Amino acid sequence: MLRIDVTKQLGELTLEVAFQSDSRVIGLFGPSGAGKSSIINMIAGLLKPDRGAIAIGGETLDDTATKSHVPPHRRRIGYVFQDARLFPHRSVAQNLDYGRRMNRLPPDPAHLQRILDLLDIGYLQTRRPGQLSGGERQRVALGRALLSKPRLLLLDEPLGSLDQDRKAEILPYLERLRDEESIPMVYVSHDPDETRRLAGHVVMLRRGRVTAQGGPEILPA
Amino acid sequence: MFDITPEEWTAIELSLRVAVVATLVSTPLGIAVAWLLARRNFWGKSLLDALIHLPLVLPPVVTGYLLLLSFGRKGPVGEFLDNYFGIVFSFRWTGAALACGVMSFPLLVRPMRLSIEAIDRKQEQAAGTLGATPWQVFFTVTLPLALPGILAGMIMGFAKALGEFGATITFVSNIPGETQTISSAIYSLIQTPDGDAAALRLVIISAIMAIGALIASEFFARRALRRVHGL
Repeated sequence: MLRIDVTKQLGELTLEVAFQSDSRVIGLFGPSGAGKSSIINMIAGLLKPDRGAIAIGGETLDDTATKSHVPPHRRRIGYVFQDARLFPHRSVAQNLDYGRRMNRLPPDPAHLQRILDLLDIGYLQTRRPGQLSGGERQRVALGRALLSKPRLLLLDEPLGSLDQDRKAEILPYLERLRDEESIPMVYVSHDPDETRRLAGHVVMLRRGRVTAQGGPEILPA
Repeated sequence: MFDITPEEWTAIELSLRVAVVATLVSTPLGIAVAWLLARRNFWGKSLLDALIHLPLVLPPVVTGYLLLLSFGRKGPVGEFLDNYFGIVFSFRWTGAALACGVMSFPLLVRPMRLSIEAIDRKQEQAAGTLGATPWQVFFTVTLPLALPGILAGMIMGFAKALGEFGATITFVSNIPGETQTISSAIYSLIQTPDGDAAALRLVIISAIMAIGALIASEFFARRALRRVHGL
């Protein structure tokens, strides 16, 4: 269960959103500049709301009333960025292992193998990020986030920098991820088809406000 | 021509020791200062920046004299360090290392600062979302990504420390076996009748060392740059 009720001034844009959902995949849908990325940056703790509260599964992550703010590294929220942001100085295997090491989790070969298989990235492990294609990079970024064992996964237009063919290559992985891993996701996109395929609950945004929310049927054709 | 005398070996060895110690001690401090200047806004930031660059624009003899006033036996800092820690700088090789460290500091910090400024903060954010504390982010992302600049700064600082003359001779004089580096040995030899051949030997050696440092810096910078670009 994700609950968010925040306001944030971002230059000209006043972001004022409230929604809650226990859907497995929440789709944040809207044109660029609607404030989608700022919302998930607040969920991740990278951006502080001016006012309001954010809670996951009953745990408050932000509450301006009590001045509480859990820093990003203690939120256990995975984040897949549009530009992947793999660590260029580390191999794919080291990138994948990073979250486990930082969280001091014991090695979990079974989990690792499952994620490698799910995303088909086992053969990339010895490579370096500079040697990956756009689609491979995004799959590794997804694996890296999952292997830190987050309780929520944020995806900020993970297909945004890919061409049509690459998108078609990654989408099935995301569907498998949704169906096979029991991890809730917030999926940001401006593509109605993508959002329709993945999201159970859709929050439509425009200029910093929620204009509609409900099932995928509210999405424009 | 190339019969290097024991005295000359001593000067070479001392120069290397002084430059290595100056560089190693300055490096952690340099990284910290570079990070502060690159990342933080605080009161007195321009002052700190100016203070670091001062040895670059002051006559070296002035820097050396200021060191003598503050770190000499009778100086406030020097007296304190001698009384409480037994550390003495004046007329010791450690003083030469201090003078070289101060003189080379601006050159050491600059590339470090530039490389930290060039790091994409988004990488650090990503590390945070993966559970890394700010310190872990610093050691696992910031520092490795800044490595080319850190190495370049260390080598620039080392090369400068190797050749430092004015502040060193002012602060710790020119004592063979204790504070006589290659530079001050050359200086003494030039003023000695028949010292030309020996001076020339040391000149050649110091040129070789400087060129060696530059080549090493190129090599490390290229390797580190490849790493940072993910290849």
